[in-house]
Amino acid sequence: MVNEDRTAAAAAPTDAILRMRGIVKQFPGARALDGVDLEVRAGEVHCLLGQNGAGKSTLVKVLAGAHQPDEGEIVLDGTPVTITHPVAGLCLGVATMYQELDVVDGLSVAENVYLGHELASRGFTQRRAAAQRSRELLRRLGHPELSPHREVGTLPAAGKQVVSMARALSHDARVIVMDEPSAVLDSEEVANLFRVVRELTAQGVAIVYISHRLEEIRQIGDRITVLKDGRTVAQGLPAATTPTADLIRLMTGRTVEYAIPRRPPVPDDAPVVLRVEDLTVRGAFADVSFDVRAGEVVGLAGLVGSGRSEVLETVFGARRPHAGRVSVDGSPVHAGSVGAAVRAGIGLCPEERKSQGLLLDEPVYRNITLSSFARTARGPFLDEAAERRVADEQVTALDLRPADPDRAARTLSGGNQQKVLLARWLVHGCRVLLLDEPTRGVDVGARAEIYALIARLAAAGTAVVVVSSEIDEVLGLADRVLVLSEGRVVHTGPASEIDEHRVLDLVMEGSAA
Amino acid sequence: MSDQYLAAPVPADESARVEEASAAAPGRRNPLRGAAGRNLGLVIALVLVCAVGVATAGERFASVDNLMTILRLAAVLGVVSVGMTFVITAGGIDLSVGSVIGLSSVWASTLATQAMAQDFHWVVIVFTALAVGLGAGLVNGVLIAYGRVVAFIATLAMMVAARGLAEVIANRQTQVVRVPAFLDAFRQDVLGVPVLVWIFAVVAVVGWVLLNRTTFGRRTIAVGGNPEAARLAGINVKRHTMYLYALSGLTAGIGGVMFLGRTTAGSSTNGLYYELDAIAAVVVGGTLLAGGRGSIVGTVLGVLIFTTLTNVFTQNNLSISAQAIFRGVIIVAAVLLQQRLAERSRSRAT
Repeated sequence: MVNEDRTAAAAAPTDAILRMRGIVKQFPGARALDGVDLEVRAGEVHCLLGQNGAGKSTLVKVLAGAHQPDEGEIVLDGTPVTITHPVAGLCLGVATMYQELDVVDGLSVAENVYLGHELASRGFTQRRAAAQRSRELLRRLGHPELSPHREVGTLPAAGKQVVSMARALSHDARVIVMDEPSAVLDSEEVANLFRVVRELTAQGVAIVYISHRLEEIRQIGDRITVLKDGRTVAQGLPAATTPTADLIRLMTGRTVEYAIPRRPPVPDDAPVVLRVEDLTVRGAFADVSFDVRAGEVVGLAGLVGSGRSEVLETVFGARRPHAGRVSVDGSPVHAGSVGAAVRAGIGLCPEERKSQGLLLDEPVYRNITLSSFARTARGPFLDEAAERRVADEQVTALDLRPADPDRAARTLSGGNQQKVLLARWLVHGCRVLLLDEPTRGVDVGARAEIYALIARLAAAGTAVVVVSSEIDEVLGLADRVLVLSEGRVVHTGPASEIDEHRVLDLVMEGSAA
Repeated sequence: MSDQYLAAPVPADESARVEEASAAAPGRRNPLRGAAGRNLGLVIALVLVCAVGVATAGERFASVDNLMTILRLAAVLGVVSVGMTFVITAGGIDLSVGSVIGLSSVWASTLATQAMAQDFHWVVIVFTALAVGLGAGLVNGVLIAYGRVVAFIATLAMMVAARGLAEVIANRQTQVVRVPAFLDAFRQDVLGVPVLVWIFAVVAVVGWVLLNRTTFGRRTIAVGGNPEAARLAGINVKRHTMYLYALSGLTAGIGGVMFLGRTTAGSSTNGLYYELDAIAAVVVGGTLLAGGRGSIVGTVLGVLIFTTLTNVFTQNNLSISAQAIFRGVIIVAAVLLQQRLAERSRSRAT
């Protein structure tokens, strides 16, 4: 075993400072990482690309020692390592800057830099030494103007990021993982971040850079690894020259065959059920209008941040629009009220099933009946028998596995959790169903079932709106597609008259404009 | 359809594991029976406390009279704790109930000691206390739900302010209520059991039905378990939160009038530290402080354990200080035990 590792390490190029091979991480009901390979060279900016849920954050946590991989090996500087906990990662020279800035606002710059490994002598912190060394680190990062004594809470986001980087350097990090460092920065601050990144790489530090913004990756990245569904689908791509369309196709393209059932075209005389007019939420999207007829599936295509989820949430009343109207069957729905939307017959299966949809510790049947007390309860009193009857029907109809309405929702797989949420709205009997990423984290078999279910709902006259990061999924499911880019509808038309390439082109044009 | 077998192994494997778990601990999966299991622990604790009482104080402890004394003492705390159970199940906290007991009892006693007090029906006194409690609870609820003040702070403010207002109203004096009809109503026995104990029993039963058998209760658990999911399921979380604090205030008002009936004295110090005793009883009773799970039966048992313990210590002439230390130990032990159980059930689930 040891010998094998040695040979593997010897065979590797000498400049590969970090190699991860075949990393697998299994969570209950979901395989977050399913064989990830990553090779990072000293002094390079290695970009990690992938959609939400592709496994980037899990990979970062494995590398930082916050998660233990179930399979696979990590080789650092030619030595196989096991990173058992975050401190071990730091000791090995792997530092992570998490997406949420991990600084303590109430402490000074120097205290933040040495947080967790304070310079101390006999239990007393050595404030002067810490301040001195922090000053040196800040100078190295090109920020001599930052005082080590300044309270971090008074710094702008860019300043906090510098502090976070100084902390990474204070550990003598050779690999620094930056998880969406630019998400909180404006363009000037991003330029400064890039300058710092270049200085670090010039000193031989390897940067693993995660970002959704492709133009940034072009600017700062050296090589790209693309993750999809917990697997590495491409690695070592040149960051400057790989065409954008290729990258997006790698991120969104399907890797498995699945069947989306064919549906008959919606008759022209089908009544309009959902009408959205000039809906605007400032800072998210503007002037979005569309109709959905009975039995029709309308898809919203676009990249993360295009406003597609926000549109659904606003139609559902979970966000208050600044302008625009939503009506169901011709009657206006009171804006900004989930209760009004639900009463009007709108249901939403949210993007984050666990944090936004389910009561994880409650049994399945109670999750199913949560929105339908009007049907199951007698006045204010619950009727558990009726609840179970209703839930049992759905468990059978949707082929929930295991078919046990008493299980806690937490214990179900992603696909079955999605079925529970669909069942909730089926019981409620909604006219309009909004589905945000209905198949994220859902395995192949359950995916086909969910597609079939959507088709069945449409056949029964429900108006369906689907949002998905997977463009071919949107195109396959929908009768009509709206392409969103940076909060604006850039295209509306039948799904059969547009293909994935055209959608990507539209998205690109929209963001260039 | 050949895809199907890809999905099958995971659930099959998990259900096998659950079967195993339920074989080891029969009925653990059924939430009701799980609660019964937790309550069994509390019953055992209560029996142990009683056994110590019998062993150390003998007849003095194990008499019907003493039992009624314990229950009468438990009644006020019990009623308030039932309200607190709802607030904590929904993931909140109400620090103001002790002060609201003081305020409502002082407000009612001030009314009852006016010259005209003889002219109106004694029920007016009762409704005054209830209205004061409900009002204070509504203020809490509006601040928390619509003013987005953190529950801890909003009710802390109410705790301080209500006590202060009670002092102003009482002018720092103790007002003794001498309305015979009122006192008779609260001091009589019905079927050999004091009225105060009946009130406790009724509130507990109503509370149990409300939490376990109504949509209000189910929504309370949903709001405590995952407020965002509750909101996106169409529950009006803000309005529900307001109702919960109003309910807690109402039970504090009931507690206030019971306090008045028991002691005849309207003093601004009535109900001091009751909020802490109530929170302790609720948490020991198995309601999760983080919300999402609540047990009225557990709360009632928690109240009985604490009150019986006090009685045992008093019977043995032990100091209040010794009692306080022991109560602290019980709270810590109960919470540690709960965490172990919660971790075990979670590791089983994942």
